[in-house]
Amino acid sequence: MSLADSVLAGDRRAVARAITLVENGTPEGLALLRAIYARTGRAHVIGVTGPPGVGKSTLVDAVATAVRRDGQTVGVIAVDPTSPFSGGAFLGDRVRMQRGVVDPGVFIRSLATRGRLGGLSAAARDVIHVLDASGRDVILVETVGAGQAEVEVMELAHTTVVVLAPGLGDEIQAIKAGILEIGDVFVVNKADREGADRAVAELRFMIDMGRWREGAPGPWLRPDEVKAGHEPGAVSTGVRAGGTGAAAGGGGAPGDGTGAGPAGWTPPVIKTVARDGEGVGELVEAFRAHRWHLARTGGLEARRQRDAEAEVREVLLARLVAAIAGDERIQRLHGDLVRRVAARELDPHSAAEALLEAVRTERS
Amino acid sequence: MAKAEVQRPGTGPGEPDSERREEFRTLSGLPVARVYRPQDVADLDYERDLGDPGQFPFTRGPYATMYRGRLWTMRQFAGFGTAEESNARYKYLLEHGQTGLSVAFDFPTLLGYDSDHPRSEGEVGKDGVAIDTLADMETLFDGIPLDQVTTSMTINSPAAILFAMYLAVAEKQGVAWDRISGTIQNDILKEYTAQKTYIFPPRPSMRLITDVFGFCSRHVPRWNTISISGYHIREAGATAVQELAFTLADGFEYVKAGIEAGLDVDSFVPRLSFFWDIHMDFFEEIAKLRAARRIWARELRERFGARDPRSWAMRFHCQTAGCSLTAQQPENNVVRVTLQALAAVLGGTQSLHTNSMDEALALPTEKAVRIALRTQQIIAEESGVPNTIDPLAGSYFVEALTDTMEAQAYEYFRRIEQQGGVIPAIENGFFAREIAEASYRHQLALKRGDVTVVGVNKYVQEDEAPQPILRIDPGIEKKQVERLRRVKAERDNARVERCLKELAAAARGTENLMPYILEAVRAYASEGEIVGALKDVFGVYREEPIY
Amino acid sequence: MDRPIRVLVAKPGLDRHDRGAKVLARAYRDAGFEVIYTGLDRSPEEIAEMAIQEDVDVVALSILSGAHDVLVPKVIRLCREAGADDVLFLAGGIIPDEDRPRLTEAGVAGVFGPGSDLDEIIRFTRENVRRKVPR
Ligand SMILES: Nc1nc2c(ncn2[C@@H]2O[C@H](COP(=O)(O)OP(=O)(O)OP(=O)(O)O)[C@@H](O)[C@H]2O)c(=O)[nH]1
Ligand SMILES: [Mg+2]
Repeated sequence: MSLADSVLAGDRRAVARAITLVENGTPEGLALLRAIYARTGRAHVIGVTGPPGVGKSTLVDAVATAVRRDGQTVGVIAVDPTSPFSGGAFLGDRVRMQRGVVDPGVFIRSLATRGRLGGLSAAARDVIHVLDASGRDVILVETVGAGQAEVEVMELAHTTVVVLAPGLGDEIQAIKAGILEIGDVFVVNKADREGADRAVAELRFMIDMGRWREGAPGPWLRPDEVKAGHEPGAVSTGVRAGGTGAAAGGGGAPGDGTGAGPAGWTPPVIKTVARDGEGVGELVEAFRAHRWHLARTGGLEARRQRDAEAEVREVLLARLVAAIAGDERIQRLHGDLVRRVAARELDPHSAAEALLEAVRTERS
Repeated sequence: MAKAEVQRPGTGPGEPDSERREEFRTLSGLPVARVYRPQDVADLDYERDLGDPGQFPFTRGPYATMYRGRLWTMRQFAGFGTAEESNARYKYLLEHGQTGLSVAFDFPTLLGYDSDHPRSEGEVGKDGVAIDTLADMETLFDGIPLDQVTTSMTINSPAAILFAMYLAVAEKQGVAWDRISGTIQNDILKEYTAQKTYIFPPRPSMRLITDVFGFCSRHVPRWNTISISGYHIREAGATAVQELAFTLADGFEYVKAGIEAGLDVDSFVPRLSFFWDIHMDFFEEIAKLRAARRIWARELRERFGARDPRSWAMRFHCQTAGCSLTAQQPENNVVRVTLQALAAVLGGTQSLHTNSMDEALALPTEKAVRIALRTQQIIAEESGVPNTIDPLAGSYFVEALTDTMEAQAYEYFRRIEQQGGVIPAIENGFFAREIAEASYRHQLALKRGDVTVVGVNKYVQEDEAPQPILRIDPGIEKKQVERLRRVKAERDNARVERCLKELAAAARGTENLMPYILEAVRAYASEGEIVGALKDVFGVYREEPIY
Repeated sequence: MDRPIRVLVAKPGLDRHDRGAKVLARAYRDAGFEVIYTGLDRSPEEIAEMAIQEDVDVVALSILSGAHDVLVPKVIRLCREAGADDVLFLAGGIIPDEDRPRLTEAGVAGVFGPGSDLDEIIRFTRENVRRKVPR
């Protein structure tokens, strides 16, 4: 059996080896991706982001457990930063992930950022593809708790969950502005601590304000109202929560089905105690509701388009950089051009133009 | 400190002005000046800062007569394999002049697993004695009348359970509880920061501890209910200052917890004791012990309002630093231990464990244990050191170092307070981070040769002859599991079940749990079963990923 | 392209003396390795599973409880049964000289006792990694 076949059959050792190959950008890795790509796109990819130490890993562990209980399989990608000084990395999230270790339904892989900014590994997409092709129903991607707006994770996940905790202090105020836009679901973890309700209320308020500014009509249902089942004829919890926006009696937001954005979706704010699994069931429901919402409104397709675009762009850029680095002549030219730009003899645009030209002639 | 501005008093005409090093520091990194003079201790006030031995603030010692009255207790940690084997070792040690017993438990016992638990595989009896039920404890002390020894048990998270077993053995021997004495370590806070043999989360763990305080103050008045331990903090890589500060902070936390549980300060604080690690830096260790007594006395009197002088006077046990011993040229460890033991005695310890030279290799052999004990006996009876109390008082250097350590400890107290106290600081990983940092710095210093360890990074010797070491019979595990099975088959299982149910119910409430634990122990419920019942109510604690 | 070597620093056994494991993990990181740390209290089954999923080049087992004679061979056996036959196994902690042959026989390539030089462990690891580093 070829490696690709073994991956598709879900063989754990093959999956692990395949991830190594794609992470290292090897030719075998690229061939493998080619072979499995058609079989990807099934999994529900959930990005988990938020400031350091809010409990992302603990929450991922708890979510994985809950998802398993429902009979679905889980893949987890945990990203930690590479040290800029040594090139090494300490991948510590395993310590938090206690439950699923010997469960064949859970596959956990730690990745280092390897020099990439923005809280993700450059290979994250490809690793997702491998896990996806191996038949994982849900893939959870935990980003580095960088404390900056992790827009990137939004670009590769269907559902982005932003995790916060009470008592994080003022810097959170600043972060909030950036993360409000990327979250499809918000979590106030460590709800066992003081100030959780206040944090939920504040967050709720800020999200609603943001939406109000964007011109969406109100009022919006709160998660508790959603849970209470405001929508008649709901088939499942997923449907009910999914109906929060457009289809729900009180919502009626416009633009459903037309964009990848949160059209018609009011991000729920959920309180959890990840350490004890409290609120995690509700969170998993919200994930499913969001996925259902995307599917129903065409958002899923739109996200697929957007992701494909982003991915092609990324690969293209990476290839271009590789092409420059891989050709001695072009590399020399690159060095020269950079020096001239620094000396203000040349502007950056002209330099890029010259490089592109060089790559083009080299190729032909 | 004063390196640059020293006027070099030792430099006479013609003498070289250079020193061996750029700067001199203690093992913990405190600067050491070339000489100390009266102005370095100009602020020292005898009554306020030292006092006579047995007088506030007890810097010079907790008792007026110290070793002129009674020598320290020589206590060697022992325990391995089955209860029978440990029992034989205890009898051997008592015959050789040891004055107190010290029980080491194996890892499954420390963590509340029975010997037949899957996680116990390969661990049973390896690093201490395996105790599953009261039957094992009965065997352990067979033929040793509990009113004629003092026993120290190194047990923390399940301390209340093992202590209950000890009390039950006393009952069976017909020895009244008010006639037994000894110590249980019972210090959970340092487990979260250093040693990590925790089971339950901090808050329920604290309750078990205050339950023991309350129970003993009524029924076992001579028992030391806790041994607040710097030892493991130090062994985890902390500096002497960190050991001092974190341990005292833990101590204050227990005092607070007792008061919050409704106990009167002077009813339980006199039974609190401490446990320090004695490392290689001779004067630093002595200064640490003196500073510890002074800080404790002052805080207890001034902050906690204790009135009984016994609450002010800190008593402690010391052990030589296991982490200072080397696997290379292990005989050198005898010399290290001698220096450390001497520091502990000069620091005024109440009891002392001297490590055996082969501990860095495996469990100590009988011969190594004997030499370790003889080391103490030589200091006690040949050196003349114990004949006067606190002979280093008034030394410019030792007093200045005592002050420095005290000041740095207060700086840590401030930082801990800033984070909301000890438990929040545990939960946010403050202690673990500080210790990890110090530990890593020490490793680097070793690697660079800034710190010398003879035989390891200097004076290395190739082709060392292998040392004889003690082996634990791998058949022990089977034997112990068999034993447990027998006990479980012979006991009244309905009674066990009832006791466990009652214990769990009580754990949900606020009653003192000791009577319930005792009942379960008497019914031969196993440690694992009792811990299991408590886990169901209390939950378990998970570690912080600090490195 | 040089890829970092991936190491699983594992703590089997009930002893919770993780100072050595953590210092080693940090040293590996500072030497440019990608280090996955298992955390305390891991069973041999869990360690083997992590080694497989993380597709590590090296598994460094740190154990001070004395149970190395049982647990270390078990981890290696489980890894091999799952197909991880090209992993470099190292063991550290309090391991008496006379136990070394048995561990070596079980598949441990290097045994590092207390006080081992970190640089030496790192050099040994680099030189003995079994798997070719894909380029
Ligand atoms: N009180 C409380 N503590 C929690 C909860 N969830 C997680 N924690 C604790 O928060 C700390 C950090 O948890 P992690 O899961 O490592 O957080 P993280 O966001 O993944 O951290 P990084 O990956 O380092 O950014 C740990 O000590 C957890 O035990 C919770 O619900 N309540
Ligand atoms: Mg994390």
